[in-house]
Amino acid sequence: MRPAQWDLPPELCCRPLAFVALTGLDVVYNAIHRAIWDAFCANRRADRVPISFKVLAGDHEYPKCRTKRTSYEWYIPKGIVKTGWMNKHLNLVPALVVLFYELDWDDPQWKEKQSECATKVEVVRTSLQGRNTKVAVVLIQKKTPLPPGEDLVASERASALCGACDLSGKSLFVLPHTDHLVGYIIRHQFKMGFFSELKQDTQNALKYYRTAYSLVHELRAHESNTLEIKTIAGFINYKICRLCFQHNTPLDAIAQFRKHIDLCKKKIGSAELAFEHTAWMSKQFQSFGDLFDEAIKLGLTAIQTQNPGFYYQQAAYYAQERKQQAGHLCSHEPGVGYPAPDPLETSSGALDFYGQRAWRQGHQSIDPPDTEKEKQGILAIQIKERDILHSELIIALLSNAVAQFKKYKCPRMKSHLMVQMGEEYYHAKDYTKALKLLDYVMCDYRTERWWSLLTSILCTALKCSYLMGQVKDYITYSMELNEVPEPEPDCDSASVITAQSLWCDRVSLAGNNEFTIEVQDYVPFVQCKAKFLSPSFHIDEPVQLHVYVRADCPHPLRFSKLCISLSNQDYNQYCLLEEAQKGKDILEPSTQENMCLVPGKTRKYCFKFVAKTEDVGKKIEITSVGLMLGRETGRYVYLNWRGGWGDAASSHEALQASRSFKRRTRLPDQQVDWDTVSVQSSTMIISRVPKISVQLTHEPPALSNEMYCMTVTIQSEEDAVAKDLKLTSGLKPGQDANLTQSTRIALNGSEVCDDSHPALLPDIPLGDLKPGQKIVKPLYIHCVSTGPRVLLFHVAYSVHATVEDKDITCKCHKDETVTVETVVPFEVAMKFVSRKFEHLERVYVDIPFLLMMDILSASPWPIELMDSEVQLASSMTAIDQPQSQVEGVTLQTNECASECFLLKCPPVQNGTSTVASGHYIISWKRKSVLGETSVVKTIVTLPHVMVENIALYVHAEMPSFGRVRESLPVRYHIENRTGLVQDVEISVEPSDAFMFSGLKQVRMRILPGAEQEMLYNFYPLKAEYQVLPQLNINLLRFPNISSQLLRRFLPSHIFVKPQGRNGDASIEAA
Amino acid sequence: MAVCIAVIAKENYPLYIRSIPAQGELKFHYTVHTSLDVVEEKISGVGKAADQRELYLGLLYPTEDYKVYGYVTNSKVKFVIVVDSSNTSLRDNEIRSMFRKLHNSFTDVMCNPFYNPGDQIQSKTFDGIVSTMMVQTS
Repeated sequence: MRPAQWDLPPELCCRPLAFVALTGLDVVYNAIHRAIWDAFCANRRADRVPISFKVLAGDHEYPKCRTKRTSYEWYIPKGIVKTGWMNKHLNLVPALVVLFYELDWDDPQWKEKQSECATKVEVVRTSLQGRNTKVAVVLIQKKTPLPPGEDLVASERASALCGACDLSGKSLFVLPHTDHLVGYIIRHQFKMGFFSELKQDTQNALKYYRTAYSLVHELRAHESNTLEIKTIAGFINYKICRLCFQHNTPLDAIAQFRKHIDLCKKKIGSAELAFEHTAWMSKQFQSFGDLFDEAIKLGLTAIQTQNPGFYYQQAAYYAQERKQQAGHLCSHEPGVGYPAPDPLETSSGALDFYGQRAWRQGHQSIDPPDTEKEKQGILAIQIKERDILHSELIIALLSNAVAQFKKYKCPRMKSHLMVQMGEEYYHAKDYTKALKLLDYVMCDYRTERWWSLLTSILCTALKCSYLMGQVKDYITYSMELNEVPEPEPDCDSASVITAQSLWCDRVSLAGNNEFTIEVQDYVPFVQCKAKFLSPSFHIDEPVQLHVYVRADCPHPLRFSKLCISLSNQDYNQYCLLEEAQKGKDILEPSTQENMCLVPGKTRKYCFKFVAKTEDVGKKIEITSVGLMLGRETGRYVYLNWRGGWGDAASSHEALQASRSFKRRTRLPDQQVDWDTVSVQSSTMIISRVPKISVQLTHEPPALSNEMYCMTVTIQSEEDAVAKDLKLTSGLKPGQDANLTQSTRIALNGSEVCDDSHPALLPDIPLGDLKPGQKIVKPLYIHCVSTGPRVLLFHVAYSVHATVEDKDITCKCHKDETVTVETVVPFEVAMKFVSRKFEHLERVYVDIPFLLMMDILSASPWPIELMDSEVQLASSMTAIDQPQSQVEGVTLQTNECASECFLLKCPPVQNGTSTVASGHYIISWKRKSVLGETSVVKTIVTLPHVMVENIALYVHAEMPSFGRVRESLPVRYHIENRTGLVQDVEISVEPSDAFMFSGLKQVRMRILPGAEQEMLYNFYPLKAEYQVLPQLNINLLRFPNISSQLLRRFLPSHIFVKPQGRNGDASIEAA
Repeated sequence: MAVCIAVIAKENYPLYIRSIPAQGELKFHYTVHTSLDVVEEKISGVGKAADQRELYLGLLYPTEDYKVYGYVTNSKVKFVIVVDSSNTSLRDNEIRSMFRKLHNSFTDVMCNPFYNPGDQIQSKTFDGIVSTMMVQTS
């Protein structure tokens, strides 16, 4: 179908590509040719030189070339561009024709082949005559070419062929197809990558290396080239990973490495050289670990689950594999020697290609060219492998891994690797290092309680210590492993012999025979618990100590000595159990004879001793329990339980036992269930229990200021004489400091204490007390302040006692404490009142007033008032001789005694002032049935009072009562107390109850100091208590002195008696 | 299916550990023990994470030959399942369900009034459940 007129021709639209024709290839039937063709056109990437390839037959007819015009004169074109031209140059006329021809340099029919080739070239040339098309020849060869310049035949024949075909040397190529074409491309890609790196174009380098890597795995692998493939793959992988890390894409690096390992893991190659594969694998992991580590140093962050340690670990794993395989494959008969001539020797001393065998370099076919040579080569490699120090490699890798895991918080992984290191050292016969490492990690496994792992480590450690003749370690490990000391199985036989001689030496050495094992760091097969029977013992009873020992081993066990060290070493001699009973001081020697431990049975050993009197109040601790296995005369092991209990496992075991719901089986008599034995590793020595009674007799509460009597009665209940009885009594120390200031104690109660008396009377000697005797001692306590006090009565004495046939002097003491409350005996209330018993705020000069005292008893006990006295200050005077009105009065609880004193104040200056009144002294004592008590004087300060002058004083003179309808004369005295003349207005108000005569209203003048008298005759009209007619006084000059104030001095009422009937005796009497 | 199943106490000692007999038992013990490093780290990190109820810890770490998965109960008892690396058919969900089954069975063990928490697990039922999850070796 013709294209539409306006369509652009396809030749125009496509991208113009140079046309190269390949001839001489049979892509249909020949696999090699097909592969060559595929290499050119399959998956050709855009970044390659753009070329269009075509396979053409060797005798293909190319379009004939027209003869070119020499000039364009007379030329008349038929059009502009011919329709066929573009297609012709794109698809029909090649720029280059490549002739493929199968021909090896050593082909037997070289001559014929050469001419045939020349003919083919000629055919092509002829067909393209007149065109500028180039011709090239590619020889497809079965054999790998030798390096240029070495093969003389090849160079000679190559030039001959060039001559025959009329080709330049540059147009002749050799393509060895055994190399598989890809090999060439890999090399190419690798070189490109390398050059890009030189150009610092790492992105492109990575791209090329990646291509190269994928191509490597396209190679057909067989036994003879596996090593080469792996070597190159390893190289390229290293480059890729390094670049990935450099590009900060660590995940790509890891992914690439994983892919690499997955692809190569199974490519073991020759089974006889399997160790080569593991060595290679180990190296892969190691170098990746190095790269990873390098990247971390440059700032990459790794994590716990992805760090170089894993790669080193895996490298170590493969190194271990390698060692094993080497052990299998390289254990030749002793007669087999290193083959001569050395098959690993090459003429140049080095290999031409990486990863090839020295004895067949360049050999590319599947089968080895020379089986004998191959055998020799393998033998040589095996013998060389034998000499490699595998352990060193493994240990180096492991220690690398350890360092990494330490960094990334993997303590268990680290321990595991250290175990492997230790085991490797063991294999390398470096037992010291092995032991050191194993010892280090054993502790971790022990605390983590992974017994299975610990057991396996212990086995190795045991072997090490055996082979080193380390007696102590050996015994320690076997103690924990519970093994019988015999030559260790699975040991290197040569080492066993040296070890045996070592053992002989060690054993014969004197002084080397004692070993102490601190069991708290191990889990031995003997368990021990030591306990005091009580957390405290009195000095007059023996201290008892039980030691429980149990063996967990399968065989019965005999020990020669059991000794306990206590914090006071003087007692150690009593806590010793030896095979030959020498010690006489052991209290119960007869029950202890059995020094054989039966597996699973708990044995109990009892010890007793008498504590020393100076240890009273001190603690005795079990510092350790030692169990001696072996003989003191010979060699022995000393198991030492610090604190008398516990090894590395016991705390957990105890916890489990306490949680357990298991029923404790009833054990036959004398048998103890191990788990129920509790540990008591210390005890207190306390003083003997006193056998005396201390009784206190007193009448609480105490009254403040009194000499409070307390009677102490001490009665001996001892069987022997209590000597040096001493009483300490008083305020118990450690209370409020104010109490110490306000408390006194005295032996004499007749006089009141002063400050010279102490609050605590120590060590009052009371002499000796015979059995049953009694001492009564009164003590007097003087408490100034109120509140509770704790009083202490401490009786100390010494007495002889016999404990376990030992005489000791025991100090005993008994404390009694009592809390005594102190209260005030009475309250005193004082007040100033007028003679009308009205409360006074202030008193007036020269006007008498009353001082009232109320004594209210607050004491629960009766109080007898002995005397009372007012000591007046100078500003007050008593009007009559003040005499106590309460003397001899006994007050019961809440009863009140009152008295009053009539006083007046002499004139004061300034008209008003506040003055002190003086003191009130009450002498009293407690009325006690117990005995005479002393008199206490309590002084109360009288209150201050305000004294004032008054301008006018009024007082009335009248009978004490009136009678109805009988005259009642009342005389009012009005005194002017000022230096001025006073105008006074006086009036009397009328009253219903009285008629009266006198001045009803008057105004008068009173001279200074003068007194005016007013006389009235009142005539009562009603009986009963009546209000008197009110007298109003107005001072015209002193308006502030009101009538009300003055009225206070006057009586307001009077009692009016009814009128008596005539002849009534009572009225007569009145 | 698992090649090794372990139950680890809160204090990190083994309560139960079972592995296929073919390969060294000790090796699995070490594998389980070392995996506790990661478990510890994950547990200590959980406090910060939002979801504390997620008991499944996922893949702890891959070794060349095995994959180690972890699970931790609320009482900090750990379960560890080791599977062969070549066993690619095993999905995460299946591992989860294995753990769930294990947890259920463990709860039953704990509910036994005669079981003393912290002791080695010696339950036949638990053993049976574990057996169903192990690689069947004939």
